[in-house]
Amino acid sequence: METTLTTAQAKPVQTSLKNTPMIKLTDIEKVYQTDTIETVALNRVNLTINKGEFVSIMGPSGCGKSTLLSLMGLLDEPTHGVIEIDGRALTSYSDKELAKVRNHKIGFIFQSFHLINDLSVLDNVELPLLYRAGLSGKERRQRAVTALEKVGLSARTKHFPSQLSGGQRQRVAIARALAGGPEIILADEPTGNLDSVMGEEIMDLLLGLHREQGTTIVMVTHDESMAHKTERLIRFFDGSQVS
Amino acid sequence: MLLSYLKLAWKVLLRRKFFTFISLFGISFTLMVLLVLVAAVDHFRGAHAPEKRLDRMLFVNLLSQSFKDGGRMSTPVSAHFIDTYIRPMKTPELVGFTSLGTNATTFAGNQSLTLSMRHTDANFWRLMDFEFIDGRPFSAAEIKQLARVCVITRHTARAFFGTDQGVVGRSLEIGPYQYRISGVVPDVPAIRLYSSADVWVPYTLNAADFRDKRFEGQYFAIMLAPSTGAVDAVREEFNQVMKRIPLPDPKRFTSMTAHADPPLASVVRQLTNNQESEKDGMGLFLTVCAVLALLFMLLPALNLINLNVTRIMERSSEIGVRKAFGASRQVLVGQFLVENLVLTVLGGALGLTLAALVLYAINESQFIAYSHFGLSWNAFLMGLMLTLVFGLMSGVYPAWKMARLNPNEALRTSGGGPR
Repeated sequence: METTLTTAQAKPVQTSLKNTPMIKLTDIEKVYQTDTIETVALNRVNLTINKGEFVSIMGPSGCGKSTLLSLMGLLDEPTHGVIEIDGRALTSYSDKELAKVRNHKIGFIFQSFHLINDLSVLDNVELPLLYRAGLSGKERRQRAVTALEKVGLSARTKHFPSQLSGGQRQRVAIARALAGGPEIILADEPTGNLDSVMGEEIMDLLLGLHREQGTTIVMVTHDESMAHKTERLIRFFDGSQVS
Repeated sequence: MLLSYLKLAWKVLLRRKFFTFISLFGISFTLMVLLVLVAAVDHFRGAHAPEKRLDRMLFVNLLSQSFKDGGRMSTPVSAHFIDTYIRPMKTPELVGFTSLGTNATTFAGNQSLTLSMRHTDANFWRLMDFEFIDGRPFSAAEIKQLARVCVITRHTARAFFGTDQGVVGRSLEIGPYQYRISGVVPDVPAIRLYSSADVWVPYTLNAADFRDKRFEGQYFAIMLAPSTGAVDAVREEFNQVMKRIPLPDPKRFTSMTAHADPPLASVVRQLTNNQESEKDGMGLFLTVCAVLALLFMLLPALNLINLNVTRIMERSSEIGVRKAFGASRQVLVGQFLVENLVLTVLGGALGLTLAALVLYAINESQFIAYSHFGLSWNAFLMGLMLTLVFGLMSGVYPAWKMARLNPNEALRTSGGGPR
């Protein structure tokens, strides 16, 4: 199930897999409720992301695209509807089971990187592997180093996030997302906090990852040019998919 | 994973030094106070020389008689009462008695000294485990002959003779009388209620009480059960004996009670003035102590909970990330408890050190004469237990709150998460 990280083992995605759903959302509705206000963030969304696809999601602020991403990442529960990951409906999964699916299947990249400042680069990248049973410390370390090599930061293992530039921090965050060998990468505005040069670098990394390892990537972005580099562009407006 | 938690816990402590200081101060100060109290209680009522067999001893402190008009009189008992009603009992292995300590003035050279003096019977020396430095206790025969003999402490010997060696057989003038010294014993802490004194003399020399046939007197009766398991039987026999004793003056009194209590219970009964009930009140006393100790710990624990919750909000990004990458609630609760236990164990170690320093200072000051407070294994284990209870008290709620944090919310509040 796990995607291997070494370039030698990476291979282009087979066409047949391209038609197999990796993420399937059926009739998804998300309503945020307070005492006085009910806000519909997503309204009857039906969407399928196939294995190995690189999809970007665009739309104005507040249109529900990030809510959609958090639902795909099992960080939140829909008010209505069914989420399937790799053919399994996760409606009745417990907190522990959902945590396991996140750990094995999904890697996250955030706009603000969300690195743990008290941990070294290597410890940050190792984090997803801490929650995986049966891995020795040595194996964890090895996998983390390999992931850092892929993003070109193997020389910075002992540095701390505060000692890195924005672009380097996002690379560490990408290495962390890759370390567990996930089949899905969910990236929430990964270039949003970076200047255009660094943004391009990060985008190239993601494209390379997709090309070489066939990882399914869903990226929320405000940047039209970045979005056009992906295979499919989905637009959202007022909680609904418009294209 | 544990190593990673420990590493992070250490870094979190170093990151917020003021927070760490406040937390450690709260924990260590609380534990220090509790440990000093435990050490004091242990010193007061633990099995230490010469009261080494307290677990088998019962004490009759007071005889309480109720007047017809509603008043009550409580006094220690007389030697006559002990000889007539307690000594003939079947279940105790040994019965003896000692008076309250009374002050006796004497002179060492030109210096006036006040000595604490007790009158005892011969069995007192068999009930108490004094380790004689020199000589021996006075005997039953000497008591019967009204011999003016005494046992003195090392401190008394040194005060009078400048040494505690070779003083046996020499005379000591106390008040108008000369006493021949029969033995020298180590100093007894003033906190030992039934054995502490500077000098012990035969009870028959107490002119006021000897041969007095009244029940009221100046003595505490001490009974030694053959085993710890037989203590209840001795107690029960004493209760039966008390029921059979006729009222000495039925015209004045309506009832008469006395109780054979274990050491701590006998003190609790006196403190609570509970002379009527057969129950010694220990259950209530221990419950009150436990509640007070918990309340005492609760204040710093609440403070720590508050600080921990604040810290959680600062770490919402980390919590969100950990959840996003596969940490379940259970795992996060474990992580936070480990972090809190690291803090409390550090605080505990500091508290132990502080308690040792405070006890050393108390010993050095001789605030309580001849006291030697120490941190026993019991106190240490109690401290360890209190530390863990403290750690759990202050860690469980924040850990639970942290684990229930919605990862999406956690990432959003710290910026950059899905919106």
